[in-house]
Amino acid sequence: MQKYSIFNLIKNAFSNHINWDLAWKDPTPKKEYDVVIIGGGGHGLATAYYLAKEHNITNVAIIEKGWIGGGNVGRNTTIIRSNYMHDDNALFSEFGMDLWRKMSQDLNYNVMFSPRGIINLAHSDAQMNVYARRGNSMRLNGIDAVLLNREQVKEVIPMADFSDNVRFPIFGGLMQPSAGTARHDAVAWGYARQADSMGVDIIQNCEVTGFDLEGGKINGVRTSRGNIKVKKIGLCVAGSTNILAEKLNMTLPVETHLLQACVSEPVKPVLDKVVTFGAGHFYISQSDKGEMVMGGDLDGYNSYAQRGNLPTLQHVLTEGIAMMPFLSKLKMLRTWGGIMDMSMDGSPIIDKTHIEGLYLNCGWCYGGFKATPASGWTFAHTIAQDRVHKLNAGYSLNRFNTGHLLDEKGLGTKTWIS
Amino acid sequence: MLHIKCPHCGMRSQNEFSYGGDASVKRPKLNQEISDQDWDNFVYNRKSLRGKHLELWHHLSGCRQWIKVERDTSTHEIFRTMKANEDNS
Repeated sequence: MQKYSIFNLIKNAFSNHINWDLAWKDPTPKKEYDVVIIGGGGHGLATAYYLAKEHNITNVAIIEKGWIGGGNVGRNTTIIRSNYMHDDNALFSEFGMDLWRKMSQDLNYNVMFSPRGIINLAHSDAQMNVYARRGNSMRLNGIDAVLLNREQVKEVIPMADFSDNVRFPIFGGLMQPSAGTARHDAVAWGYARQADSMGVDIIQNCEVTGFDLEGGKINGVRTSRGNIKVKKIGLCVAGSTNILAEKLNMTLPVETHLLQACVSEPVKPVLDKVVTFGAGHFYISQSDKGEMVMGGDLDGYNSYAQRGNLPTLQHVLTEGIAMMPFLSKLKMLRTWGGIMDMSMDGSPIIDKTHIEGLYLNCGWCYGGFKATPASGWTFAHTIAQDRVHKLNAGYSLNRFNTGHLLDEKGLGTKTWIS
Repeated sequence: MLHIKCPHCGMRSQNEFSYGGDASVKRPKLNQEISDQDWDNFVYNRKSLRGKHLELWHHLSGCRQWIKVERDTSTHEIFRTMKANEDNS
């Protein structure tokens, strides 16, 4: 594989950059693989990469119905954080933060990880208490957390509305300084390129049409480009989880919902943090191009549409303008939507299933992007060793049966309620 | 924006409604043996497929009645609406 470096960049400049190798191949599916990963998104690509790198399993195919990086890894708002209270979420996410910090070097691909910090705003004394508790829990798990008072928040984000006559005055906020953003497409491409170089087949435009089971074990997968014999399948398809689960006669604690995001026209640097509104659901950061990247609530009803509806967008941006009034002067450049696998307690599932050889990775709700490396790493471990790692032990499928829910936000089963 | 025909009030904008989830889910009958699996299916497990989906909506800013709506989850086309106590079939 051609290494990406300043020297290669200069060398290729002399030939007008027409001699670069393709970043990954376009192979025809083989008849048999050791492992097939269904879903060529961030998590699927990362899983294949760590299968090859950590477990030396390289006879692997990634099967993707569309094109790699065309789903949620290309549609998110690129926020990376580990500001969780519960141990299972905190330790898993913080493990991921370590992988994020090393990712550009590890993948030889600049993912533009920018640990600029995230601030969750608080709008009441009670909320400050809740944030203090969460911050303390984070620090006990070795995650950096700083509780800011109103004046400290004002120093960091003076453009927020600090006037007296507002419905939701800013009391303070909880900051995780090491959180940040990354270039989401680069994450997908970087994982794809490395996985491909280690022998993984990335098969695009290939739809899964069914599964072959033999005595309760996985024996193969049927696709639009032929049948493939395989003993281990990793299901990694986010919003399409329910569709594939139905082909396996499984009903999962997951619903598919639509989440929108949008960007404004690019403006000069104004915001160097990720900020979330505490009295509703709105988050914002500024991209390197200068666009304000914003998102918030789900549309609120089951949807596979991959495009949003205006009432929700209006509602979300109303919150944004309440938090940062200058946003009302900006023009909207783009809006889009992605379909989320909303689990019933708001936490993901990375586990084995009752079908031998079928492994499940789903339920990321709207927090999947930041989990990409940790999800791929633990899922690869689960598939390779046929047992869960202690980092994803809490993300079991049967927790809904045993009552060990991981209800970080305390929303109950209606995680789609705004 | 969706336009939902409330069986009590007629065609109204989506803004007047709030969503209540899958309407085909049945609460297990009390006073009989109920397995954990039955409860799981009622509380957590959902089909949530692409295509026709029978779901509950609450006409919150209208007549405040719960209604059933049959909607396509990928096109958002609404095929029919009915009162909450009407039969699904």
